[in-house]
Amino acid sequence: MIIDNTKPHIDKAHLHQLLKQMLRIRRFEEKCAQLYTQEKIRGFLHLYIGEEAIAVGVMKSLTKDDAVLATFREHGHALARGLEMNKVMAEMYGKVTGSSRGRGGSMHIFDSDLRFYGGNAIVAGALPLAVGLALADKMQNKQNVTVCFFGEGAVAEGEFHESLNLAKLWQLPILFVCENNGYAMGTALEISESEQHIYKKAQSYGLDVRQVNGMNVVDVESVAKHYCDAIRQGAGPCLLECTTYRFRGHSMFDTQLYRSADDVKKWKDKGPIVKLKNWLQANNELSPHELQQIESDVAKEVDSAVAFAEQSAFEDESDLCLGVYTEGKI
Amino acid sequence: MNTDIQNNDNKTTETLTYREAMRLAIQESMVADERVFLVGEDVGNYGGCYAVSKGLSEQFGPQRIIDAPLSEAGFVGAGVGAAIGGMRPIVEVMTVNFSLLALDQIVNNAATLRHMSGGQLSIPLVIRMATGAGKQLAAQHSHSFENWYAHVPGIKVLAPATVADARYMLSMALADPDPVVIFEHVMLYNNSEPMPTTDDCADMHKAQVRKTGSQISLITYGGSLGKTLEAAAILEQQGICAEVIDLRCLRPLDTATVFASVNKTKRVLVVDEGWRTGSLAGEICALVAEHCFWSLDAPPKRQCSIEVPIPYPRHLEQAVLPKVEQIVESAMELVTNGQAMS
Repeated sequence: MIIDNTKPHIDKAHLHQLLKQMLRIRRFEEKCAQLYTQEKIRGFLHLYIGEEAIAVGVMKSLTKDDAVLATFREHGHALARGLEMNKVMAEMYGKVTGSSRGRGGSMHIFDSDLRFYGGNAIVAGALPLAVGLALADKMQNKQNVTVCFFGEGAVAEGEFHESLNLAKLWQLPILFVCENNGYAMGTALEISESEQHIYKKAQSYGLDVRQVNGMNVVDVESVAKHYCDAIRQGAGPCLLECTTYRFRGHSMFDTQLYRSADDVKKWKDKGPIVKLKNWLQANNELSPHELQQIESDVAKEVDSAVAFAEQSAFEDESDLCLGVYTEGKI
Repeated sequence: MNTDIQNNDNKTTETLTYREAMRLAIQESMVADERVFLVGEDVGNYGGCYAVSKGLSEQFGPQRIIDAPLSEAGFVGAGVGAAIGGMRPIVEVMTVNFSLLALDQIVNNAATLRHMSGGQLSIPLVIRMATGAGKQLAAQHSHSFENWYAHVPGIKVLAPATVADARYMLSMALADPDPVVIFEHVMLYNNSEPMPTTDDCADMHKAQVRKTGSQISLITYGGSLGKTLEAAAILEQQGICAEVIDLRCLRPLDTATVFASVNKTKRVLVVDEGWRTGSLAGEICALVAEHCFWSLDAPPKRQCSIEVPIPYPRHLEQAVLPKVEQIVESAMELVTNGQAMS
């Protein structure tokens, strides 16, 4: 891991914090996978395991007034944005104490106070929303950044192209973050895109673009910070392509016929958590005791989130039709 | 726009076209609330495909009258996002056929985000679009898909059929905290009417009795109101007193007004420019059958469009659409049969 002078101030405490954030997401989702097999969590469950560095790295540069949009694989983004783990876990359970009162589930986590606007399960469906949120900020002379995460599968959708064009045309304060994990569900990038360098597509719309190793949290943080600063100063929309890999299947139903176990192992060996941990240990910046402390803090948080979700109630069926219109306010 | 001074009490009666009324409504809303802006294809420099926004760009500038590229999903979705972000967008889509390119944003985002987020988000968005046949624009510019939108919980659907409604429904839609889709029938734009002197237009959710009657309820909306009123006048000459209901709001439906009328007249004919199968007319007939069955003297009936894509030649286009003579004939049949039954 190379740390140069243009990067944000990196010290031991900061790196420990990054590691802890990534571990919170990893352990939370490992628990979710386990709960899924116990049928506590149902529906689709898309795990972010392997990609944690991106949400954690990008989110570090945001203020509380910035807006965030993500996909159906958004547990990590929600936790990194600062949603309470209890609320996110309760949402996975479909309980009324969940971040969306259980109405959304795994794919639709929202928190309007944190300007976390989902949780969108239509591939590329959030990109036009990001354009609108950024347009609203610009029209109201606010200095906010809108960050929109999406996978490389979204690039094949028309809404990706329409949104990038609109964002540049209107010079909007948006950071598009493409999490390129190589597969749109089971379809490899090679068989879905004629031009496989995603940043080049964005470049053709006039966006400032950068490709970064999405397995290196420090690199992601550094480039995201550079872009967020620039966008706040009026640079217009930018796109950050993060190369990454998901270690688990697309969802819990995925038998992964489209890739080899060898490939998965190769990527796991250079995963974001192991990478940071190894670097810290090699430089004597992470003692066994410190690691144990982080792991035990995270385990405690996950356990209490599960207990919270277990103890929470389901929403009363008589409230079913509330929240469709404002008149039927929940 | 003509303004005639009617008397000395400072009361004026303006005679406006539907197009001018809609323009005035947009203009007033933009003056009253700086969060309101208009975005759509050719709304600025061109003045709007149907000239509704003509002159507004000069008044408000390109920052608030925004010409969008041909990206329906993109700019409709941007409207949804801007509404969440605190603005009050009016999005113009050229025709209902083009709105299908934005259906994802309307149905999957605008209609769902409030509920899916557990009630956290509000989407005060207005989407206006032209609808309907009559201008020989063939099978990709002439359809009526109001029922598709009226099927979706989470949005509201309006069909202003009169110039007064064109004048006053927009500001009600903008004041509504939820997404509202407004359908403007292309054959209405040149209609002109004197405006009421006050803005006490009925609430946008309410159906209106446009002609009172006692023997049959003719229920309609949007571009079919004129034909239905014309049919009612002919029926009147033939001694049949028909009541005409203008639905105005297609979701949520004002069923109370519909049921009150049908319970009084005991017969119902629904006139709807949509195709018959799965039509709004079918929904109204089903509701009437469920709620007014024991009042009925005749089976509910529908006058809808023939189920073909709209053809180009005038005679064939007109052959598709509900016609005044058909409405008269169907109404007479219902009244006559009903009398035979009772």
